[in-house]
Amino acid sequence: MSTVANELRGPEYTSASFDVEKFRADFPILSRQVHGHPLVYLDNAATTQKPRAVIDAIAHYYEFDNANIHRGVHLLSQIATDAYEAARATVQHFLNAESANEIIFVRGATEGINLVAQTYGRQHVGAGDEVVISAMEHHSNIVPWQMLCDEKGARLRVAPINDEGELLLDEFEALLNAKTKFVAVAHVSNALGTVNPVASLVKMAHARNIPVLVDGAQAVPHVGVDVQALGCDFYAFSGHKLYGPTGVGVLYGKRAMLEAMPPYQGGGDMIRSVTFEKTIYNQLPYKFEAGTPNMAGVIGLAAAMEYVRSIGLDAIAAHEHDLLLHGTQGLNSIPGLRLIGTAKQKAGVLSFVIEDIHPHDIGTVLDREGIAIRTGHHCAQPLMQRFGIPATARASLALYNTRADLDALVAGVRKLKEVFA
Amino acid sequence: MSELDDLYQEVILEHNKHPRNFHVMESANRQAEGYNPLCGDHYTIFLDVADDAIRDISFQGSGCAISKASASMMSQVVKTKTTAEAEDLFQKFHAVITGGKVGNAENLGKLAVFAGVASFPTRIKCATLAWHTLHAALEGKQIASTE
Repeated sequence: MSTVANELRGPEYTSASFDVEKFRADFPILSRQVHGHPLVYLDNAATTQKPRAVIDAIAHYYEFDNANIHRGVHLLSQIATDAYEAARATVQHFLNAESANEIIFVRGATEGINLVAQTYGRQHVGAGDEVVISAMEHHSNIVPWQMLCDEKGARLRVAPINDEGELLLDEFEALLNAKTKFVAVAHVSNALGTVNPVASLVKMAHARNIPVLVDGAQAVPHVGVDVQALGCDFYAFSGHKLYGPTGVGVLYGKRAMLEAMPPYQGGGDMIRSVTFEKTIYNQLPYKFEAGTPNMAGVIGLAAAMEYVRSIGLDAIAAHEHDLLLHGTQGLNSIPGLRLIGTAKQKAGVLSFVIEDIHPHDIGTVLDREGIAIRTGHHCAQPLMQRFGIPATARASLALYNTRADLDALVAGVRKLKEVFA
Repeated sequence: MSELDDLYQEVILEHNKHPRNFHVMESANRQAEGYNPLCGDHYTIFLDVADDAIRDISFQGSGCAISKASASMMSQVVKTKTTAEAEDLFQKFHAVITGGKVGNAENLGKLAVFAGVASFPTRIKCATLAWHTLHAALEGKQIASTE
């Protein structure tokens, strides 16, 4: 807790230049009421709301441009193909990938991770080998590796964390050995908000020729991601946590890795030629995009990235940091409340428990005040076990949140303490 | 706040704070574990059943106020009931809190305090978890799930 608390006593953080009211007006849903109260949406780590620009881009696609891509000679197919491939370039620039061919569109972070586990993983992980993950992983970055290890007779190793929710770097490094064939780690923890030192982890792994996948689902909306600077081999995230639509996400992979991997799914678009005797696979990135993709979703995701870029991730991160400190201070003022996840490097998440009040009850009472938070294990049951708790209440931030949102949260928590007094 | 007050009635909050029959029963001849994977609520119900009657019942575990109060009050109500009476009560309880037959709440006696759950669809499984677990234990199963 110390660092955030100490920072709070420092000079007042200011984000006066961040015109949050202007940005709030971009999100139609924020003007609705919930149970007779204005919506206070603090469940952004689950999914973010969508700005008008994204909603319009999707509607425009269906109203004017819809056709299947990479197939037709007709005008609409060309327009749709151009928009789809332009979106790929947008993602490339957003991540600072070297080539647009390194951007694979998938359904979300989960599918991106499964893709790597089922292709690279099945190719390179064998009996007696080891895969290293961390104790703070989301189920989506645990179960695919567990399935792979079960299939291959390999062993899943888990790098531990401290009580603040920070990865123990020495212990992580000590797990890496000649048997380690893969490392998969979250960039930002969904349940704790911890930002992992991914570039350092990649260096440790690469020093032993171990490739690294980064689960970036919670990082992409909050911290600028430069995959070349991180050095990771794979980076996966979902569009819907980045103000984009559901059902679309991205797997970035280094070209050489992707080239050497077998396809994930077979079907249309991923082939160059097919006979009943032999199929020749298409080049990157199409080799990994079997079937008609989520075209409207991809176009919506690109619109979301353009929107975020127009505001600037640095400005968003500074604004959210201010909110994080403000929320931390407010919640810490409540007796019996304990924040779970107090890492020095932290983004966007306020997870907490309250003595003698179950998170589920917290969630229900706050909901009636119009405050949406997540309660439960956050798809990170092993992490909950690490902290010896069944669940937490979690408020998570987005660019459109305000200090008033967090004040409403704190007031709501105080009120529920009265109900349960 | 009125719906909230209906949900978190005094008697429910009191049972949450001071659950009855909240202990392990060494002499149990039936027991089952109930688990709600969505929220992590987790209870074990212990029964001493003889001649189709519940001679004794206790429970252990953790969960939200609704699930714990429900388990506590259920344990009071079904103790000394026949297994058939307990199953019948479960059906009536279920019908009331899933909102289908709100008019029948008076058949529930003191359990009628849970009628307010009907206005909170996401909390129905909290209120029924202990009952599902009791049902599983009576049927000789060891695991119950609300899913």
